[in-house]
Amino acid sequence: MTLELRGITKRFPGVVANDDVSLSVAPGEIIALLGENGAGKTTLMNILFGLYSPDEGEVLIDGKQLELSNPSASIAAGVGMVHQHFMLVPVFTVAENVVLGLEPTEALGWIDKDAADAMVREISDRYNLAVDPDSMVEDIPVGVQQRVEIIKVLVRNARYIIFDEPTAVLTPQEVEEFFAIVRGLKEDGKGVIFISHKLNEALEIADRIVVLRDGKSVGEANPKTATENQLAEMMVGRPVELEVQKGLAEPGKVVLSVENLVVLDDRDHRTVDGVTFQVRANEVVGIAGVQGNGQTELVESLTGMRPSLAGHVFVDGVDVTEWSPRAIHKLGIAHIPEDRQESGLVLQFTVAENMVLDSYYDRPYSRGIQMDWDVAAHSSERLVDEYDVKTSRVDVPVSDLSGGNQQKVIVAREFDRDVKLVVASQPTRGVDVGSIEYIHKRIIEQRDEGAAVLIVSSELDEVMALSDRILVMFKGRIAGEFEGATATTTEVGLAMLGSGGSHD
Amino acid sequence: MTATAELFETEARVRATPEERRSTIVGIVLIALGVYVFWAFGLGSGAGLDARFNLSLQTDRFQDLSWVVDARTLSILVAVIIVGLGIWRVTRSALSWTNISLAIGFGLFSLAFLAWAAAGGQFSLVGMLRSTVLLSVVVVLGALTGLMCERVGIINIGIEGQLLASAFAAVVLSSAFGTIAGLVGALLTGGVLGLLLAWLTIRFHVDQIIAGVVINFLALGLTSLMTARILTDVQTLNAPERISAIRIPFLADIPVLGPMLFDHSFFVYGMFILLVGLHFGLFYTRWGLRSRSVGEHPKAADTAGINVYWVRYRNVVLGGMIAGFGGAFLGLSQVARFEENMTGGIGFIGLAAMIFGRWLPFGALGAGLVFGFSRAVQQKVSILGIGIPSEFLLMLPYIVVIVVVAGVVGKTRPPAADGQPYIKQ
Amino acid sequence: MTDQGTQSPPDERPPNGRSFDGVMDRIAGIGEPIRRALLLPTLALVLALVVGAFIIMVTDVDAWRRMGDEPLAALGDMLDGVWVAYRELFIGAFGSVRALSETLFTSTPLILAGLAVAVGFRAGLFNIGARGQIFVGGLFALWVGLHVDLPAILHIPVAVIAAMIGGGIWGGLAGLLKARTGAHEVITTIMLNFVAAFFTLWVLKTSVFQEEGSTIPKSAPILESARLPTIFGSQYRINIGIFIAIAAVFFVYWILFRSTIGFEFRAAGFSPSASLYAGMNVAFLYTAVMFLSGALSGLAGATQTLGLPPYTVTDNFAGNIGFDAIALALLGRSHPFGVLWSGLLFGALIAGGRVMQAAAGVTVDLVIVMQSLIVIFIAAPELVRAIFKVKAAEAEPTQVTTGWGA
Repeated sequence: MTLELRGITKRFPGVVANDDVSLSVAPGEIIALLGENGAGKTTLMNILFGLYSPDEGEVLIDGKQLELSNPSASIAAGVGMVHQHFMLVPVFTVAENVVLGLEPTEALGWIDKDAADAMVREISDRYNLAVDPDSMVEDIPVGVQQRVEIIKVLVRNARYIIFDEPTAVLTPQEVEEFFAIVRGLKEDGKGVIFISHKLNEALEIADRIVVLRDGKSVGEANPKTATENQLAEMMVGRPVELEVQKGLAEPGKVVLSVENLVVLDDRDHRTVDGVTFQVRANEVVGIAGVQGNGQTELVESLTGMRPSLAGHVFVDGVDVTEWSPRAIHKLGIAHIPEDRQESGLVLQFTVAENMVLDSYYDRPYSRGIQMDWDVAAHSSERLVDEYDVKTSRVDVPVSDLSGGNQQKVIVAREFDRDVKLVVASQPTRGVDVGSIEYIHKRIIEQRDEGAAVLIVSSELDEVMALSDRILVMFKGRIAGEFEGATATTTEVGLAMLGSGGSHD
Repeated sequence: MTATAELFETEARVRATPEERRSTIVGIVLIALGVYVFWAFGLGSGAGLDARFNLSLQTDRFQDLSWVVDARTLSILVAVIIVGLGIWRVTRSALSWTNISLAIGFGLFSLAFLAWAAAGGQFSLVGMLRSTVLLSVVVVLGALTGLMCERVGIINIGIEGQLLASAFAAVVLSSAFGTIAGLVGALLTGGVLGLLLAWLTIRFHVDQIIAGVVINFLALGLTSLMTARILTDVQTLNAPERISAIRIPFLADIPVLGPMLFDHSFFVYGMFILLVGLHFGLFYTRWGLRSRSVGEHPKAADTAGINVYWVRYRNVVLGGMIAGFGGAFLGLSQVARFEENMTGGIGFIGLAAMIFGRWLPFGALGAGLVFGFSRAVQQKVSILGIGIPSEFLLMLPYIVVIVVVAGVVGKTRPPAADGQPYIKQ
Repeated sequence: MTDQGTQSPPDERPPNGRSFDGVMDRIAGIGEPIRRALLLPTLALVLALVVGAFIIMVTDVDAWRRMGDEPLAALGDMLDGVWVAYRELFIGAFGSVRALSETLFTSTPLILAGLAVAVGFRAGLFNIGARGQIFVGGLFALWVGLHVDLPAILHIPVAVIAAMIGGGIWGGLAGLLKARTGAHEVITTIMLNFVAAFFTLWVLKTSVFQEEGSTIPKSAPILESARLPTIFGSQYRINIGIFIAIAAVFFVYWILFRSTIGFEFRAAGFSPSASLYAGMNVAFLYTAVMFLSGALSGLAGATQTLGLPPYTVTDNFAGNIGFDAIALALLGRSHPFGVLWSGLLFGALIAGGRVMQAAAGVTVDLVIVMQSLIVIFIAAPELVRAIFKVKAAEAEPTQVTTGWGA
């Protein structure tokens, strides 16, 4: 009665994502699969779930070989997966999402809505999940969406459940609730694979910890005896500095001032609903919050990407509210966008082309409208050296680089000039530990050189580590403000849920 | 205290939301339209000239129904209503009425225009409404084709070519082997071109729009070549039996509605049945739920055990068959012969109708009727001979499409995965 | 995206060692191995010819009539038909000085309109509206050619610039609609084609353009000074338009790969979002690139109205150039030099096709079919690979458009 992966190997062009990985889970057991971004955890689980097919290796369930061709086979064999990016159709109801693929039907394929609702209610009640089958998925919070995913898995009678980075979107309190649910599943006899890169969570929930590095399994650890430092070393392959080294801030004059800003999202909802705050020179202000509480729209509005409905944004006392992105950029604002592949880089362009993506229009890269590509290439070579970007040449497409190096290209581009204000959104999302350390160091360096820094991250740890001051966004408003040095995870977490906070 | 002060300051710089701005723009358009109606049709119609709108056809049971109205009075009344609607829009109240106001405005505009054009004479209103339905059939079927494909995430620009090729097949096969063969041939031709689109885009990841454009030109080239090399030589292959109308007892005798809806060939009834079937199928059945999930979030569908590729192939082929049905109507129902490039862009109009109809079957019907109406007006008005060059009237439907896709309808939301290839590792 | 595995795999590029000088080549998009550039188009052309032969055979009505009695002879007739058709096609394209002149003459507007479509592709826009832009541009040039009295040295440039403005406006309109309202350019440009065609039909019947005494939509002959001078005397139609086209090729190359605005076009083409974040005005870029695209189509219109003996213009002067342009832009991989060669190839096909139509009774429509097939094979290299069992792996599928997204 076990689930067993044997010798799984998966190659993508240029990378070996999984290299001869073996793993097993028993019913009623929780395995934590620990590894850095890019270590191959998700690939391995996608193989188990039938989304990718492996180049070598096999999966056995109860001793029988599982056909690794499509999710249906895995589902039928009792494997369920809660994906990191939820596999929910936003414009469907909860019930529609849950029954998709196993719809209860009447004649002519007519869907029996009552039966569908009942399926959701039954599981929801049994595991105390509190989900309304008739809500539209796009209207419910991410925490609830995750529970819909769990219901989907349970409705399909999964005996082995994979959770891919399930806590990334949750507040610390929600994480506790989530762990309670997972323990309930364990008692029910389910085998659980918990994928994470967070050491403390793995130590708390797992019966056994398996560590992946560079696609290889590098060993197991017992959560009762292992320490965070040991695990970190296993994950990264060298001793890791878990704390960000930074001196005390001595905030100077106000650089960024936001007053009563109101911003609409794409669906015309007031996603940012009257936000006021300041960021001073020599200060890092972090905005924490569960994703989808207006952080994205706030940053887009600050950088000129999205018009605001009301309110003002001042930079150095200048009202930049209706300015274009380029005008704001020229004032000396460095912007690290949330989604580097979508917004930060032109993936088909070379490293050099990306290095000049927002400065090409001026000397020395161009005269009039004539580009000077030699200058651009030489300047890119310098930046690649200076910012430790690992690439063979600057004329390769930036898509050939790893996530961490892509992010360093953006950091190099944005920081290589006089920077007054840094606006960094999810600066280390999906990036390896080495690059995280490096990028954090560079950000603190900017602060120490006198820039005002605004960090937006859904990783509470990152906000806590970097910030001199922490703001919490909830439902488009600032729901709490904390001193970086004294704030605790618990109180910030509570504010992320919209309760408490020391704002007034 | 500070909160109120801040609030006050906030309100000092409030910009309009997109919907509010749209309302204002629509309002200004309506006011301009109203003023134009007053000037051109109100003052432009001679005093005391009656327009007689005939409400019955010569074949109807109830004869000689008509509506006589003074063109100037009617136009001025219409102008006042349109300006009123426009002012209401400019005040930005009741934003959900923006599109409805616009629709009412243009409907009334058309009425005033017809009254002006028919002033001192008569005009068969019921004939025009009947033409509206007939002329919208292919547009609606084209829109349903597009909808079938786009609901599963595949853009079909090749509707035009599917219509053209299946019209050709319908004409040739019907001439050679009879009507049934023509119909089946048309359905198969449409389906095969759907299969080609699905195959190129799914199997070979060909850009969907390029694949569609290629299908159009392949269909144009092949049908033109065969027309020149075969049909001009063997004329009997271009003489199918024309499919006649089926009068539905009683219903066809209802004044106005009867000739409009219940005295048509089975193509028209087929279109309505398809429409209702698609509406319920898409939103109430397993087939619809799975199809829509593939168009919205194919990976979610895949992880739920749904075969994304199969769903896409199936629906795109079915969509092609709907176009095949439309092509058969083109070839067998009206002129009953094939002419080179006889579709003349109607497939693209269908595509626009799909967008205008917001990817909903009944939306497609509404949009199709709008385009059918604009063509019907063009046809009937050119008979009246009112001094507008026919070329400009011929442009009308195409201009309507541009205006429509340029956002008369406001923000639309296509299926989220529309146009995106789904590639598994 | 946290794990490598969830990222889409990077496209397959040969990891050949390029020197630093390669930077320029890469950025400029030239210096690709010749084999890679030529293999796929050649195979596509061969396949299209094979399928074309098949079509000629099955549409041979006379042969089919004999099929019942003498099947072998009928088959022979069919093969003979293919032979005659392709022979005439070749002779018509390359067989004589006149043929070469015709090929170059026919290529001229194709190259220009092909550049128009290619520029659009580079910026992520699919301009199907070359036809309409040719009409409008051509009419602008025609008006100047009829009504402005200037010496030839000025008259031709003024007429040509007028064509660029006219075509540019018509193209720019679609760009503006996209930028301001999100209206998809594929639909608007197709609709604008119809509008322009009807407008042309009407305007050629007005007294401004119509030849006196004519009842059909046909213009009066343009003034001598506005006619594009022929190169080898009036017995050959080839004129200085071909030099305009070649100049345009180099101009477009410079714009796309050496200018800041070209950098913006390409950035917006690959990633509108990243371009916006980099501070580019994507709405302006859409309008600008469609204006440029329209202006290039307008040039094609000018060569049609100013360079086509007998210098009177009828309502179908845009011919099928608009579609040919799409096909050859794809064939030329949206690169100006690629467009030049594909334009010459298509010019040869069409010029030869005219001779074929006259001599072998196979209409030029066959060329449309062959072009469609070439586009399919270019866009689906895997298909060609499967058929020929060769490794055409270097050719990646072309993704130029993405949904209706505003």
